[in-house]
This record gives sequence, C-alpha cells and structure tokens, in this order.
Amino acid sequence: MQLARVIGDVVATVKDQHLSGIKLMVLQPLTSDGSATGRTLVAVDAVGAGVGETVFFVRGKEASFPFHPTEVPADAGIVGIVDHWDVEPERPAKGPEPRTGNREPKAMRQEPKA
Amino acid sequence: MQLARVVGTVVSTQKHPTFEGAKLLLVQPVTLDDAPRGTALLAVDSVGAGVHEKVLIVMEGRAAGEALGRKGAPVDAAIIGIVDRLDVVE
Repeated sequence: MQLARVIGDVVATVKDQHLSGIKLMVLQPLTSDGSATGRTLVAVDAVGAGVGETVFFVRGKEASFPFHPTEVPADAGIVGIVDHWDVEPERPAKGPEPRTGNREPKAMRQEPKA
Repeated sequence: MQLARVVGTVVSTQKHPTFEGAKLLLVQPVTLDDAPRGTALLAVDSVGAGVHEKVLIVMEGRAAGEALGRKGAPVDAAIIGIVDRLDVVE
C-alpha cells in the first residue's frame, strides 16, 4: 500500500458496467514526509474518501476485493483514510542505546493537510 | 521478497473492515547496503515488527493476504520477517 492525497475525482458516464456506482478518485502518491512523488493515478474508492484527504491505496487486483463478488476492473483502490502517521527519526549509530533517562526525541507527526 | 526498514506507523480509523486490528507500518525498502531505495510504502505487520527494525516484506497480493491471515483482504504488502543478520558474499 502507499500513502496518497486525493486531489480530484473522475466522472465517466460510459464505463464498464461493473464500475457503476463506484467512485473514481485522482490520487497523488506521497513520500513518508508528505511530499508528492511519482505520477498521479485514478483509483476506485472503497471507503468513502473525499478530495483533500490523505488515504492509503492498494495496487493490483486486490483493489477489487472490497467489491466482492462484483469483479471490478480496477488496478488501484483506496482502502483506508489516514488520520495521521508518524515517522520516527533515525537512530544515531549502532550499538546499545544510551540510558540517560531523557525522553526520546518525539516522532515527527504528519497530519493530513486540510 | 525485499529488505526494508520500518520508519513509522500509520493510524487510520476509516478503512476496509478486513484491516480491523491489523498493524500498519510505514516501511522504506533498502538495498543490501541499507541505502533507501524507492518510495516508502505501507505494509501490514504479521510478525510484531517495530520501528527501526530491518524486515523482510512481500509485495504481492496473495502472499500479503496470507500473511494477514484473512481472505479477501485488499492488501498488497506485508511484513513477514524480522531480519537478525544479513550475510552477503561477493
């Protein structure tokens, strides 16, 4: 799965019959620090995501699993809406952790942009 | 399978029901020299891995679904092992 921001939606009147009633969203994949990476893509939506939200999506035929038993012809699908994610800062060097009693540096919390 | 390092955690309330109770970790694929390779991705954790650990991941739907132990789960990546040591002879 990969993090992405929903940046739009697609309206298609003429489409495969198994796609009827399914939302198609435009996604911009994100890196772990929240910046855009790679090409945008269109994904089916299984969780009710909206434009502007940060989501995670699955690639491959598994994108159609939430719609089982309907065999949806999709290769990417949104399967969760991200509340927030935390990226831990890298540990300095190898070896045992020093026991200083100080708190570990706080993780950088990434909040989805409004 | 690929080597990766766990770099973070992801919290999601609204998600597909098959993800209920599953741990989602942000993993950065790495080369044999531990250098980052490509974009970080989300993987379900089936072995109890923690942040900073080097892990073995599968990036294929069927294998990931089996690791999660749930049929019909829309997953495409899973952590299936924690790497203790890596020996490369060149």
